[in-house]
This record gives sequence, C-alpha cells and structure tokens, in this order.
Amino acid sequence: MTDLRQHAVEIHEQFSDTLEVGVDDIEARLETLVSEYRVPVEEARRSVVSTYLDEADMDRDELVGETSQSASVADIDTPEKWLDLTVKVVDLWEPGADSIAQVGLLGDETGTVKFTKWAKSDLPELEADSVYQLENVVTDEYEGRFSVKLNSSTTIEELDTDLEVGDDSTEVEGALVDIQSGSGLIKRCPEEDCTRVLQNGRCSEHGDVEGEFDLRIKGVLDDGTEIHEVIFNQESTEELTDITLEEAQQMAMDALDTEVVVEEMRGLVLGRYYRVSGPTLGRYVLANDIEQLGEPTETESVLIKARSI
Amino acid sequence: MSASVPTREVARRAFAAEFNDATYTFKESDDDRAPVYSLLPSGQRANRVFVVGTLTETEDVGDDSEYWRGRIVDPTGTFFAYAGQYQPEATSVLRETETPAYAAVVGKPRSYETDEGDVNVSLRPESITVVDGETRNRWVVETADRTLDRIEAFDEADEYAAMAKTQYDPDLSVYRDQAIAALEDLEEEAELTAGA
Repeated sequence: MTDLRQHAVEIHEQFSDTLEVGVDDIEARLETLVSEYRVPVEEARRSVVSTYLDEADMDRDELVGETSQSASVADIDTPEKWLDLTVKVVDLWEPGADSIAQVGLLGDETGTVKFTKWAKSDLPELEADSVYQLENVVTDEYEGRFSVKLNSSTTIEELDTDLEVGDDSTEVEGALVDIQSGSGLIKRCPEEDCTRVLQNGRCSEHGDVEGEFDLRIKGVLDDGTEIHEVIFNQESTEELTDITLEEAQQMAMDALDTEVVVEEMRGLVLGRYYRVSGPTLGRYVLANDIEQLGEPTETESVLIKARSI
Repeated sequence: MSASVPTREVARRAFAAEFNDATYTFKESDDDRAPVYSLLPSGQRANRVFVVGTLTETEDVGDDSEYWRGRIVDPTGTFFAYAGQYQPEATSVLRETETPAYAAVVGKPRSYETDEGDVNVSLRPESITVVDGETRNRWVVETADRTLDRIEAFDEADEYAAMAKTQYDPDLSVYRDQAIAALEDLEEEAELTAGA
C-alpha cells in the first residue's frame, strides 16, 4: 500500500461513522494536493481532514481514531498529536470561559503541562492531586507553549496510586545582551481566553480592540558560548527593572509614547549578568526566579587553570 | 519550528589586546548580506562581542553629523567604539555619560585600513550601558576563562585555528599571560578590600 493510500485509509476510518465517503475519493484529494500542488503529505492530510470536518460539521476535537500513543509530558513537542498520559492533577485554575469545564496543570515524572477540558465533551470531573490514566488527549500549541486538550473521545480512568511530579524548570545565566521587540509596556487583547499582544492596536484574532496594558521583556542571555532567550512576565519585569506597571503607564502618558518604557529598561538591565530559572516554553525560558550576579566567584579557579596551560 | 528561527550570533568574549589584533575579517558566503566575521587570533570567529570596561573618554569626531568615539579600557588595552546616526541610543549614551564610568558594550567588530596601511579594529555598538564595578570584574574573569578555553582548545585541525595560524601565526602565551595578569590584579584588589 502506498503512503497516500495508508493516509486515506486512516482518514476514512476517522469519518466512517459520520460521512459517506470512499477511500478512493480521499486518496484522490490527497493526490491532488501532494502531486499537483506540492503540498507536504502531513499538511495535505490536515487539509483533507479539515474539509471533511466541515462537511460533517464536526470539531477537530471530536475526531476519533488517530492512533494515540503513550507518552511522557516532556515528550510533548508537536501540536495535534494524539497521546495517552498517566498524570497527576497538579493544579486546577478558574476557567475563563463557559466553554471550558476545567483548566489546570497536569504533571508526571518528566514535567508539567497545561490542560483544557471542554464543557461540551461532558467528561467526569478531575480532582486535584489525583492520578489519572488519560487516553486520547490531543496536544495544542500557542506561541511555542504546548498544552493538551481533553475531548469527547478522551477516556479518563482514576488510578489508585501516587506520582512524583518532576520539576521541568531550567536554569540559565549570562549577560543580558539584547531586549527584543515586543518588550516593555505592551497591550494585550482583552477577549476572554485571548492574551495575544496587539500590533498597532490590532489583535491578530479579534481585530481592533481596546487593549489591556501589561509589562513584558523578551531578552537574550549570552554567556559567550551560547545564548538563551528569556521571557520576563509582568511580575518578573517589575522585579528586574524596579518599574511597576503603574509607573510604566505614567511614563508612557507623560511622553505620549509607550516606547520610552522599553528604552528606560534597556539602560537599566542591558550589559548586566543574571541567573534565571523557570520552565521552558518553546525556545524561551520563563523567568520565575531572577538573580543579578555581582562580584566574580571563579577568579581563583580560572587563575589556577591559566597557570596550568 | 526552531528551524525557521534564524540563529542569533553569540557575543564572544575577548580582551582588548586580542580584539585589536583581530584584523582579519571574512564572510562564510558570497551573499551581500552574509555576516562578517572577525577572526580572533586564538582561533574563533566573532560576529558580535560583549565587552565591559572603563569608559575613559568620549569625543564627537564627526564632521557634518555627530559621530562619537568612546575609549573603553580593560586590563590589557583599549577598545574603540564608534557610534553615529544609525546607532542613536549608543550615540546618546556616549554624548551624555560622564567619564570615567564602567560601561558594557554589545557590538560588532569592524576593521578599517588607515592611510598608513595599518588595519585598525573597532566596535560598532548595538548597545552601551553604564554598569557597576562588580559587573566589570565578573566580565574580566569570564573573558579570561573564555580566552583560556580557546587557547587550550587551539588545534590546527580546527578550521578557525588553522585560519588564525595562517593569518597571524599568533604567540598565544601572550594572551595567556595577559589573562593571568588581569586575574592577579583582581585577586589583589579583592584582598585589599577584604583587608580594609
């Protein structure tokens, strides 16, 4: 069987309950995209599935049958993967929308991941500190940060066991050599569950909106050998710069320009050494703990090394 | 995902004496926009550097428009940083900072030939900030450490070490001795502070 045929068969299985569509038709659609339009096969599959989802009036979350595989939290590095996880509920947060039944943090030995459980999926309630075997959850990604979604095809089984949740935080240090664009006083979309940063007052999802002010620094720590990109959220930006959100808004109002905030911040933090730790989100380390590094501590050991050469 | 993100050049650490010896520059491809590297004599290419030292003098050396030169001194010599209209933030720091002050510079190495035929190496700053003495001391130790790492790893089987051998035939013990002197200075200073 060819690859395309294999994909076609799998897609057919996913829709066998809801649509009258033949494997040949599916393969023909894939063939057109792949051979004629040079679309990579994974993208072609995605596109064909989308078409049938529209026809069947279904959400992607309702889709069953993509073979899910057993995985650890730290393995989650691609969106739209179907996985089975054995996890403990580390934290439950207040859902920001009626469409969400539960939202919080799941963890296993390898780390933690955010989860969302949809209201319409009608799944049993997860309890904090309990351990569950979750089958058929699907991964999602937003701005390099992964999460899992529990959907109507997910099965939940509570396990009578405990689980040690791993610390996935990393520690990096170096000189802060750059502050990237999109730092300083920014505005975020106020729509429920949308925290996108506005560009010229526009949200890429919701258009022109009245944004809400926030502070953020996207910085680069460089130790002369490698670089680490770091995000400081409002709290850690305030700690790093000693400028509060209120003060930043006042500065911007006085100058009639939000850029003055990031300019001031550059002068305060660039060229200093920091040690930062927190979880990684895609290519960024989220700075939960920040320490400015002062006098060197390695002088003697470097001197010994120098004399030994 | 990460494949689509262009990799940022690491800011290399080198003392002024070695940096100013890095007169040879090259590109890795013929593309006009390909990054320019300066070749450190200890065998590493540098498209960006991070330096911390004492800003001892600033001067507007421009003719028609502002063009500021800053002298930044480290234990081995002097870095020359030049900033004009295309580096407005760095320019305003050079214009407004009262010398002497400890300054940190992130910048690109630039080299130019003088009328006498010598090649001078300078820094085009991406940022200049005024920092404290602790940051400067930390930089000295870090830069000594990175320099020693390069000297230790120097092997002509490596592309850039081979290039350095051909271009400069460097005496690396000079750079090692400068690193030792810089570290010893720091130790003495720390002992004096502790004894006071």
